[in-house]
Amino acid sequence: MASVPFIKGDQARSRGRARQFIQRLRRGDEVAHLITLLAASSIIVVTMMLVYELYINCSLTRHKFGLGFFLGRTWDPVSGDFGALPFIYGTLVSSALALLFAVPLGVGAAIFLSELAPPRISNALTFVIELLAAVPSVIYGFLGIFVIVPTLRKVVMPFVKSTLGFLPLFKGPMYGVSMLAGGLILAIMIVPFIISVSRDVLMAVPPEQREAALGLGATKWESTWQVVVPFARVGIMASVFLALARALGETMAVTMVIGNDPKINASLFAPAYSIAAVIANEFTEATGDLYLQALIELGLVLFLLTIVINGLARLVIIATTQKGVTQG
Amino acid sequence: MTLHTRWRKAVNYIMLSLTGICALLAVVFLFFILGYLVYYGGKSLDWAFFTKLPAPVGEIGGGMANAIVGSGKLLLLASLVGVPIGFLGGVYLAEFGGLTFSFIVRYVTDLLNGVPSIVMGIFAYTIIVLPMKHFSAFAGGMALGVMMIPIAVRTTEEALRAVPRMLREGALALGTSKWRTVATVVVPAASRGIVTGLMLTLARVAGETAPLLFTAFGNRFWSSGWNQPIASLPVMIYTYAVAPYDDWHRQAWAAGLVLLALVLVANIGARLLVSGGISFKKA
Repeated sequence: MASVPFIKGDQARSRGRARQFIQRLRRGDEVAHLITLLAASSIIVVTMMLVYELYINCSLTRHKFGLGFFLGRTWDPVSGDFGALPFIYGTLVSSALALLFAVPLGVGAAIFLSELAPPRISNALTFVIELLAAVPSVIYGFLGIFVIVPTLRKVVMPFVKSTLGFLPLFKGPMYGVSMLAGGLILAIMIVPFIISVSRDVLMAVPPEQREAALGLGATKWESTWQVVVPFARVGIMASVFLALARALGETMAVTMVIGNDPKINASLFAPAYSIAAVIANEFTEATGDLYLQALIELGLVLFLLTIVINGLARLVIIATTQKGVTQG
Repeated sequence: MTLHTRWRKAVNYIMLSLTGICALLAVVFLFFILGYLVYYGGKSLDWAFFTKLPAPVGEIGGGMANAIVGSGKLLLLASLVGVPIGFLGGVYLAEFGGLTFSFIVRYVTDLLNGVPSIVMGIFAYTIIVLPMKHFSAFAGGMALGVMMIPIAVRTTEEALRAVPRMLREGALALGTSKWRTVATVVVPAASRGIVTGLMLTLARVAGETAPLLFTAFGNRFWSSGWNQPIASLPVMIYTYAVAPYDDWHRQAWAAGLVLLALVLVANIGARLLVSGGISFKKA
């Protein structure tokens, strides 16, 4: 009795799958899949290589200074003593200053663009503002040197000093190049990012929210400030984080106006230094492995700082988008 | 009208006009930047700027011909790295990708987009300049190329996703294989969006200075080969702006105007190309 060819289910499935695979291979689909997959994987590989190269190329300083690297206040290439604190301080304070100026301005402008302006005007203004984000940072720095720094030195600083000079924030000589100049130029650079993301987030708030508030007798401003903005606050926070990550990593504009002096000074009028700026200034002049590796370790610190902030912001955006609240 | 209502109305008008002023301020920045560069740059822009090499230190005159050509060469190298990976990666995410791996790729791409440009310079330095022991156009192109990848991937993906499903189904129903569908139907349909994305990416890296400082380095003469240091417009602007010579400042204004004009024209052109079509992904 000839047995009926009886094949177990999974065997059949695997055979069928193999045949399908060969068929598709012949038609080129698998090849195309593989090529694009390679390209996509190479993005991950490049990113991992980036972390690896940064980490491996600062082994000398990591072993020599350990965690003390982050707390050291001296930066003395001649005697080989490297501490990162003044740079970390400069980076964090200049970015915080930038947020202080840019967040109110950016959120205010975003409210105007999403709530008040007619769609055509809003789109036109947004177009212009997004062009602002495309201006190369070296041009911001250039204008910083020749416009913002002289204005600060001749007009703003003397005025602030004569009125608020008793505060430690505004003490000391006025060179123009200063922490304040760095914060200002960063603020101008990150405003477009805050506006463009916040505007999208605000526009994604359902119109019913506004209508309900207005229907209860709220004024336009009350409905915006007490209903629409709280509704979109997570997305707005994310836009601020994205802007912060950008400010932390910004190099050229800050290098050109911050004064490049590795000291920790309470006064905003005093010159300071940022991580990105010291790398830009001293990398090509770094003689000796230790010096170079200290700079690379600073790069690693900067990288980790921005990656963490960026990563959090992206996760927030993804989480809120999936709930349908906002759009990144 | 009670006092309280009047107060609320007053707050309403004041705050709303404040937001208008914020928006106005943000827009004014751009015209302020444009105005300054056009005024000072226009004054110092001349024919020699485009045709002559930089003059020796202390001499008046000269131009930046080598930097303009150098920027072009660097962008070409960067495209060779960034465009294939960015384009194919975008095709993978839009057409072939699964769920989990695509999510990871997308997330890593966004992170790569947020890496500070100066760190990208260090990366190119450690993998190319250190082993070769000298600065080169290759290293600069590599740094810029890696920076191109994230935006190229995301804009390509978005452009492909905007292609209607029916187009794909129509092609598949005719018996076309998947890769042929993608190559001959979907990609051509999305070509405008893809080209726009690539133009925006190029415009972005064209203005980058930080990754070039210690990779392409700079050169006051014509570069003698791809393996040698090479001049570029952004780096020239930087060195000329921080130098103490008035004539160099004059030329930096001119270079700034040329660079800004190139970047803005590329941006506006790219956006006009897709006006009404696929919108550019922000940040």
